[in-house]
Amino acid sequence: MTSDFGIVAFGAYVPRLRIDRAIIADAHGWMAPALKAAARGSRAFRSWDEDAVTMAVEAARDCLRVTGRESAESLYLASTSLPYADLQNGAIVAEALRISPAIRAIDLAGSQRAGTSALLQAFRGGEAALVVASDAPTARPASARELGYGAGAAAFAFGRGELVARLLGCASRTVAFVDHFRSAGEKFDYFWEERWIRDEGYLKLVPGAIAAALADAGLEAADISCMVMPSLVRGASVAVARKAGLKAALASELDDGCGYAGAAHAPLMLANALAQAAPGDRLLVIGFGQGVDALILEVGTAGLQEGQRGVAGALADGLATDSYLRMLSFYDGIELEWGMRAERSSKTALSEQNRSSGQTAGFVAGACGACGTVQFPRLEYCVNPQCLASADRFTEVPLADAPARLLTHTADWLSYHPAPPLHVGFVQFDNGARLLMEVVDVGPEGVEIGTPLRMVYRIKERDRPRGYNRYFWKSTPIAAQGRSDG
Amino acid sequence: MASGIKDKVAILGMGCSKFGERWDAGAPALMREAFDEALADAAIEREAIEAAWFGCCFDAVNVGNSAIPASTALRLDGIPVSRVENMCATGTEALRSAAYAVASGAVDIALAIGAEKLKDTGYGGLPQPYKGTFNDMWLPVNSAPAGFAQLASGYRARHGIARDELKRAIAHVSWKSHQNGVLSPKAHLRKAVSMETILEAPMIADPLGLYDCCGVSDGAACAIVTTPEIARSLGKTELVTIKAIQLSISSGVESTMSEWDGSHVPNTRRAVRRAYAEAGIEKPRDELDLIEVHDCFSITELVTMEDLFLSEEGQAVRDVLDGFYDREGPGVPCQVDGGLKCFGHPIGASGLRMAYEIYTQLLGRAGERQLDSPSIGLTHNLGGVPFQGIAAISILGLK
Repeated sequence: MTSDFGIVAFGAYVPRLRIDRAIIADAHGWMAPALKAAARGSRAFRSWDEDAVTMAVEAARDCLRVTGRESAESLYLASTSLPYADLQNGAIVAEALRISPAIRAIDLAGSQRAGTSALLQAFRGGEAALVVASDAPTARPASARELGYGAGAAAFAFGRGELVARLLGCASRTVAFVDHFRSAGEKFDYFWEERWIRDEGYLKLVPGAIAAALADAGLEAADISCMVMPSLVRGASVAVARKAGLKAALASELDDGCGYAGAAHAPLMLANALAQAAPGDRLLVIGFGQGVDALILEVGTAGLQEGQRGVAGALADGLATDSYLRMLSFYDGIELEWGMRAERSSKTALSEQNRSSGQTAGFVAGACGACGTVQFPRLEYCVNPQCLASADRFTEVPLADAPARLLTHTADWLSYHPAPPLHVGFVQFDNGARLLMEVVDVGPEGVEIGTPLRMVYRIKERDRPRGYNRYFWKSTPIAAQGRSDG
Repeated sequence: MASGIKDKVAILGMGCSKFGERWDAGAPALMREAFDEALADAAIEREAIEAAWFGCCFDAVNVGNSAIPASTALRLDGIPVSRVENMCATGTEALRSAAYAVASGAVDIALAIGAEKLKDTGYGGLPQPYKGTFNDMWLPVNSAPAGFAQLASGYRARHGIARDELKRAIAHVSWKSHQNGVLSPKAHLRKAVSMETILEAPMIADPLGLYDCCGVSDGAACAIVTTPEIARSLGKTELVTIKAIQLSISSGVESTMSEWDGSHVPNTRRAVRRAYAEAGIEKPRDELDLIEVHDCFSITELVTMEDLFLSEEGQAVRDVLDGFYDREGPGVPCQVDGGLKCFGHPIGASGLRMAYEIYTQLLGRAGERQLDSPSIGLTHNLGGVPFQGIAAISILGLK
């Protein structure tokens, strides 16, 4: 019997910022010349104002362009780099996405396998769900991981109807195999020897899980057309496929332009593979970390739709950067002298945040019930001097996906900003709303008056002494999309 | 329309401290410099002052809040003293309050004093003002130059002016003020600066370089005001009276609705229209003898020339480059004391410092920089940012 339940839509996000691995290796050439050999292509890195929450929002937005916001009953957020230990990260994501509060949100963390476990949970749950895996692992400078790591997020909507993919079978193994670990509160992972991880970890644990998943699906190894398996250790996927007797193609590990994105990496690779697969293809998805998740999916007829970026679109939307120290400073890998202006308090009044979340979390303007003027922020009276009606009859106008252009602009070198200069300007929405906003991910070509913009969810301010991020929306030039296509 | 306060209030005396990096002086000492000079000029005892308004903006790095820092510094015992704060328009706000008190008949003699101690922050530039818990949620934390620099992009877009041409015009604005500052003993910066230096200075907020930004200084200025009749009874023969004081503040239209194009400051236009009406000025370009405007940044001064209806729209670049606002030029000398550019901008003091220069020029006391018998002058302050501004205008003239 064929199930009509499964993945109905998917989306992806990879941070725009990229750096050639050779630049990183060059910076360490004095003490780790061997890094140079592995320094091929570029990796993605998160900007200072991106984290697992913001990337999750962006991937989910890409996915929700297809399914809309109302359908999901549960939200799974998987990551090993969630900003909060006690504050449900998925709730922040749900609010930014303006998903109904009736949703059940669950954070999955603590393992490289969190992403595939979330997918498995949704497949087995059988209800409309949104799965988002988002991760930005950070590695100690001059480690091999620093070159190999990247960042990104993938989102999958589950439901019934025309399917992107259905689950044919699955198997899991849980083994406390400690190839690496990161204690709570530590910045970096501690790794054991790679060859040992490959031989005693991947090669001893994964083939058995694959065999069990094939048995569960009633399939043979030859029935698998593509294996989706990230290798935290170089060459692990090739060795596993050989040992498991698979003749399948190996899905791209997104090495160039992205890099290993932690618990989000298998889901990201899956999102990429799904965009390239043909209906009927059978994908084997492997998650590895204190055991194995093995999922066998059959590709359906639904694919990426117009307006979605997917992994390929996100990879093409890169912004080449040339400073290794900038990347380091973005994840506090280096302590720079930011001057006294950086001492300014960034404390958030949580009561104010709660009061204004209807406007700020999901970026929702108001349209005046009397004169129709669209305005952000919504204050007590309509801003139109000819109207001045009470805000009681305002209707909500979401701005996150509304078309907008740059009206004024400057690049501010004086303000404290973790990525100077601070690009700031008035953003004019086609619907009439206007507000002063940050402009992020501006390339060397800069921005001009009239530059088309899209909105992105970012950290507005980091309150370092208290460890609290205040999130809000920023604008970014649309034109940079596909810039690196040529 | 109300009849206004034209000629109802006379300036009995004024004072102004030396502006600069006053490592030697705290806010009380700065206030004392200005106050002693004003008392001597007014030739009254401090007991004659019946009410006072104290303007200062940044309480956190200055003297703390309320009017008590002023009343204790100047030993104003038991009279009403109020603190006013309206960002960069604070000094003019203090003068407006004192003038209204006299014009209403509530008191005979009132004091307006503004002071700001900015050089106790430990860094250059202005402190970041607190914008409130709600604005914290969404408004970018940008600097003052970033707020004003955007005028340049708006102005260029509106008038189709090339980046280099506008950059040269705003450089001339700063060049002219530095020339004037040389003649101004109380100014902070008293060196002429070449156009090349201005044009090649490091960028602060594009397109504003270091010399497109005013200095950051400590300073205080004050005015003692009364009625013309009392001034005469106290022996004053030549009287400077207030012809108009007007204020215009934004309701958020520019920054929230889609009409404003970012090229000008609507609040300046609204304030000055009312001020010209109050003062009875019909052709400001012909009638005004000198002006002190809010040149916090060179681009602000340039667009202000149009907002004050002195240059035609789109013509300020030409007028500036033609030297219309230069000291020796054919037009209306602007910033003959060097302006904010050379005095710096101790927020609470600036509006009163501008009035002090007009007053000094009108009375022919300006020494080396004295203009040829001016009889009416205008001050302009711009608080906040162009898109959410507080414009203050005062017009002073000989009675």
